[in-house]
Formats: sequence, structure tokens, C-alpha cells
Amino acid sequence: MWRTKSILALVVGATMFAGALPLYRHRHFETSFVPGAAVTRIARLSDYGPGIKGTMADTSVYFLEGKEPGGKALLMANTHANEPAGFLASLIFLENAAVERGTLIIIPEFNNSAGRNTRPGDGYPLYYEIQTDWGAKKFRIGNREASPLDQWPDPDVYIHYPDKQLLSFIDVRNTNRTWPGRPDGPLMERVTYAAMEMMRKERVDIAIDFHGAETMFPVTNCIVAPEKSARIATLASMTVKAMEGFENHVEPSPSGFRGLSHREIGDFSDTLPFLLEAPLPFLDQPTGPKTVKLLLDGKDPFLLSLSKKKKLFVPYDEKGWPMEKRVGQHCSVALEILRQYSKKTPERAIKIGAVPRYSELVKNGVGHYFHNPEKKGEKS
Amino acid sequence: MSAIMIAYYVLCACLAGLVGWNFVREKKNQDDMLLYLVVLIPLLLRLLRVK
Repeated sequence: MWRTKSILALVVGATMFAGALPLYRHRHFETSFVPGAAVTRIARLSDYGPGIKGTMADTSVYFLEGKEPGGKALLMANTHANEPAGFLASLIFLENAAVERGTLIIIPEFNNSAGRNTRPGDGYPLYYEIQTDWGAKKFRIGNREASPLDQWPDPDVYIHYPDKQLLSFIDVRNTNRTWPGRPDGPLMERVTYAAMEMMRKERVDIAIDFHGAETMFPVTNCIVAPEKSARIATLASMTVKAMEGFENHVEPSPSGFRGLSHREIGDFSDTLPFLLEAPLPFLDQPTGPKTVKLLLDGKDPFLLSLSKKKKLFVPYDEKGWPMEKRVGQHCSVALEILRQYSKKTPERAIKIGAVPRYSELVKNGVGHYFHNPEKKGEKS
Repeated sequence: MSAIMIAYYVLCACLAGLVGWNFVREKKNQDDMLLYLVVLIPLLLRLLRVK
């Protein structure tokens, strides 16, 4: 009998190991990238909120300080780690930006725990690759929420702090519902609290949160801005449409829906928040399998069929929504927001050069702007 | 560690002990043995804090 039990235990143990190993490797996989010459200092988010120190939620904060003093802008990506265009855009800024005036602060992996999580129920692939001039560059595909390994248990209902609005239980691990956070709350509230503290202490003028959204969701292909950011968002939207030929309308940040970066950052600090949404067919529900190809080219026959029935909120044809278009939109809109802010507030101007815009990214591809980490590398 | 997490670990340990003991005591039914082992997996992972 013990022989049978031992064999069963071995089989179960081996199955468990074989299933767990790829997930363990994914959780601990580090993306290599090359911080550009403009990076002057690297901090940790826990420097501003000690509540996340030593946890998987802590993340790197890159400071790109110009020679001339000016304003400060914060770029955040991977708030939702299954929306990769923002992450790639933030790396393009990190590797290429030349800061002429002011300071650019970049947090490429804002929800670091979510970037190491996955969504097996949707059959998410664990990785994707971007072709560069020197070979393929590999990235993790994360999830919308932080890993339950890092924050657990979930409540039955998430009661937002401080507004006490009732939100879905899963949003307690969603760093775009836990703003403005608190120093002793659940881990993701501590992440957003640390970011709020950073914005208040560093006197950040502008915060840009990169996202992606379903083509069937009305708040897509847009800049979400509260009242105080609306003027700059509108000017940026109109300028990219006129000068670069792509649509990116402005959506007002609803005051009655709490916990979102574009609402709480503005309400709890002097910073002007903007949330950029690029269309992301990979997130839509009525698609084929969630493959790397769908993530990268955004082509799906079911969405195409729905588009013909006018069920989508963005133009959609056989070309899909390729990654370079999404990353290009993020780069151009972010640069335009900084330019409009600098025009309006010259004493706090932020001048950034050497970052490609929409047309360049569409023409050359995203990978063209990544440098070879084997020459001069740093793990994220 | 918060009180709820302590309670959770105690609960996990109790359940793991119970399931493990049932596995040891089971003499005949191989399906039940397998089920005990499968149920034991998440409890052990949490107790060992495997991440």
C-alpha cells in the first residue's frame, strides 16, 4: 500500500512541479534594458513609502534631470501589466530621451507584482518578443491585478479609502482603483500612497499614466483628464490630430468614480493627472485565442465582424491595431502634453528631445528604439 | 502579520493535517488517495510560503 501511496505522491509532486516551474520563472524573469544617458538617479518607490520596502510591490523610479531647472513630469506604465504598449513607450523614453529642461521621472513597472502575475483563465501567454535591430527582446505579459501571492486575502467587497465607495473585490489588487492610498492599507494602497508621496515631495507638475483599453469599451483611444487637466488634454488631442493625423479624444474624469489615477492624483495633490488609453484588441472578450500575435498586431476576425456592425468604439479594419501604432500614440500624446504644459507654464517648462513620435514608430517599429542590453545593460 | 493571516495559516495547517492524516489512513481506495494529495497542494504551498 505504501508503494502505491509513494507513486501517487511522486506523480502529483512531479505534475505540480512541472506546472509551477514556468510560473515561477515568469514571476522572477527580469527584462533587460539600457537606461539612457539622461538618467541621473535611480530611486525605489519605497523611498517615498516605506510600507512597500522588501515586498514584490517595490519598484524602480528613474530620474532624468535636465541641465536647466524646470518642471517635473512623471510617466507611469504597467499600472495594468497586461497593457504593454505603455510599458514599451516608457522604455522608449527611458532609453532615448534627452532632457533639455526640467525633470522626467519614469516608473516603467508601476504595479510590479501584477507584471509578475498572469491570467490562466484567459489563456494568457507568459511572454512576448519584440524584434529589434540586434535581435529579439523578450518581455513578460502580466495581469491587471497584483498577484495574490503578494496581497491576500481579497475582501468580499473593496471599500475604497477614503471615500468608502464600494468597488469590486478584485479591485483591492488593482492599482488604478487604490489611489490615493494610505500608508498602512492593503499592499496596493501602499503602492499608490508611495506614488502620491513622491508627487507631493518632488513637486511633480504632470503625471501621465499609460494604459490600453478594449475596442468595445467607450473609454478607449483617448486622454482621460479631470477638470484641472482638461485644457492641456484638449490642446494635446487637437494638436496630434491636426499635426500627426491620429484620433485621441478627451474623456472627462468622472468625479463619482473613485480610486482612479486621473481622479485622485488631481484631488490629493497639485499634480495635473492624465491617463492615456490606446486601443488594445487583446483585452476584448469576443476575440479568438489570446495569442502573442493578437497582442502584437491586434488583428482579430471577430472584432472585424463586429466593426462592420458598428459595435466598436474605434475604427477597425484588416490592419488591426498594431503595437507600433499604440506605442506611437502614447509617445506622441505624452510629448504633446509636456509641450502644451511648457507653453502654458514657461517657468516650469519640461523639454524632452530624441523621443520618436507616432509616424517614426509606425515607420521604424518599436524595436528600432531599444538598445542592446548586452553592450550596456541593467536588469529592470 | 495581521490577525486574519494568522488565522488563515492556522486554518491551513489544521486542514493540511486533517487531509494528510486521511491520506495516511486510507488503505484501499486509490482515487481517494489521489484526491487527498490534490487537495493538499494549495494548503502546503501556502504553509511553505512558496512564491
